[in-house]
Amino acid sequence: MKNLVIAVLSATLLAACASKKPVEQVEETKPAPAAAAKAAPGSTAAAAPVAPVAVDPLNDPNSLLAKRSMYYPFDGYVVQDADKPAVQAHAKYLAEHPDRKIRVEGHADERGSNEYNLALGQRRADGVKSMLVLGGAKSSQIETASYGEEKPGASGHDEAAWSQNRRADLIY
Amino acid sequence: MKILRYAGLILFLCGALPAHAVLTIEIMGAGENQIPIAIVPLAGEDKLAQSISEIVSADLARSGLFRLVGSAGKRPHEPNEVVYADWAGVDALLIGSVKVQPNGRVEVKIRLLDAVKQTELFGQAVSAKNDQLRAIAHRIADLIYEKLTGDAGVFSTRIAYVNRQGKSNRLVVADSDGYGEQSVLSISEPIMSPAWSPDGSHLAYVTFEQGHAVVYAQSLLTKQRVVLANFSGSNSAPVWASDGKSLAIVLTRDGSSQIYLVRPDGSNLRRITFSGVIDTEPNFSPDGQYLLFTSNRGGSAQIYRMPVEGGSAVRQTFDGGSNFSPRYSPDGKSFVFAHFINGKFYIAMQDFQSKQMQLLTDGGWEKKPSFSPNGKLVLFASEARGRGILATVSSDGRVKQRMFPQDGDIREPVWGPFLKP
Repeated sequence: MKNLVIAVLSATLLAACASKKPVEQVEETKPAPAAAAKAAPGSTAAAAPVAPVAVDPLNDPNSLLAKRSMYYPFDGYVVQDADKPAVQAHAKYLAEHPDRKIRVEGHADERGSNEYNLALGQRRADGVKSMLVLGGAKSSQIETASYGEEKPGASGHDEAAWSQNRRADLIY
Repeated sequence: MKILRYAGLILFLCGALPAHAVLTIEIMGAGENQIPIAIVPLAGEDKLAQSISEIVSADLARSGLFRLVGSAGKRPHEPNEVVYADWAGVDALLIGSVKVQPNGRVEVKIRLLDAVKQTELFGQAVSAKNDQLRAIAHRIADLIYEKLTGDAGVFSTRIAYVNRQGKSNRLVVADSDGYGEQSVLSISEPIMSPAWSPDGSHLAYVTFEQGHAVVYAQSLLTKQRVVLANFSGSNSAPVWASDGKSLAIVLTRDGSSQIYLVRPDGSNLRRITFSGVIDTEPNFSPDGQYLLFTSNRGGSAQIYRMPVEGGSAVRQTFDGGSNFSPRYSPDGKSFVFAHFINGKFYIAMQDFQSKQMQLLTDGGWEKKPSFSPNGKLVLFASEARGRGILATVSSDGRVKQRMFPQDGDIREPVWGPFLKP
């Protein structure tokens, strides 16, 4: 049952970041938005990935680690509550795999100057890094960079595009 | 500002030039008191690859300060051929001739006549290689502009911008009319924030070639470049001080984006803001004493001013929305910036004394303003027909111009300095 909830949650989170290249696809689950919505606020790192047995949980599409993009409100750079379980899951994974390295790339929507958005994207990336370090990852495992508004995931002068572009990507 | 009152006048100037440079220029609006002027085709210029008189006419028309009057088939080339009665209603008249020398050099002789007083305002001979006809024409337009308006002309100055086509990003330098594009750098990663050295010999800029934002300075002559800042995180927003001896840049190496000073060779790095929030887009006052910059220290992005040598920063913008990309006017009395409110970017100007914000444009996707070196025009990035384009507006908001490149999206334009002749 727990696994099902996590799978559904992952599916919903994946659906929420549909614009990013969907490397990990969730195939089997049917959407159950009510259950996911209910599960999301309560879930913590403790409820997150299943312990690695044979496969690297990084490759498990049902793991919280499958969520690699965190999203932000306009001009915001604090990791959102909904994204915290995923960031904490990545922190735990990095702590358990000290040889793994990660790159966090910050992005911004185009509502600001190019330079301001570069600074904003960097703060987003650095904010994720801080949370990863708090969660047990080593600072030396994490590199951060910002592209500001220079590499938008979605184009268009509207919230549909902007909401996709205000993000930090975790890249292993 | 009622700008669209003047929308009736739209000129289309299409270039018959090498394919690389072909663009379309649209002009809207007109100065309050346009000077009627006739530019008579020069004797012998039909043998040249480009018509000098046409380039001069286009330059003057773009300024919005002149009304070009046709010469109606009359072709005086020397003062004694001018019948002033033919030129009623014209304040000034340009005549002259072109000779191609045996060595291929082109010699242009021009005279500007006061058609009212029936006197010569100036006469000048200019010679250059025949691949520099546009430069000669821009020089002549500058001479006319200066004589008739009292301000220095900027037709000979250059601009820099980024042209993006798919994954190809080119940093280019072009004449102020968008012609004569020359590539400075061509890479597949984004290029940002080009900034001119005060003598026009170098560009500083930011690229992502190394996987994060790194600041470079490059000589336009030798193409040689040096890394100005490559610390972890983002290195960004370079701008030169007017004496050329230092630059301000923005680094995240100590945490949030903060402003630092550095020498043009990358030495003597010194942090000058300590806000812990976002401080970026520094711009030096012409006297080098102050910096304008963008900061979100008050909650939203606003423009602040602080002494270069340290001290408290004073907020400058209070008209709502958020404000970005401040640039001092050449006389230091005002600044131009991008004003964002209700989903639109406007180019705005504010006087330091009156503290009143004045919108220069009607709003849209308008960013990155920079003054022409005579302070009369503001260049900015705009969008039209789904593309990034160059645009200018006169600093009184009356005359607007849009330049459509042949290919690609234009981003990050910045107007260069006067060049020593």
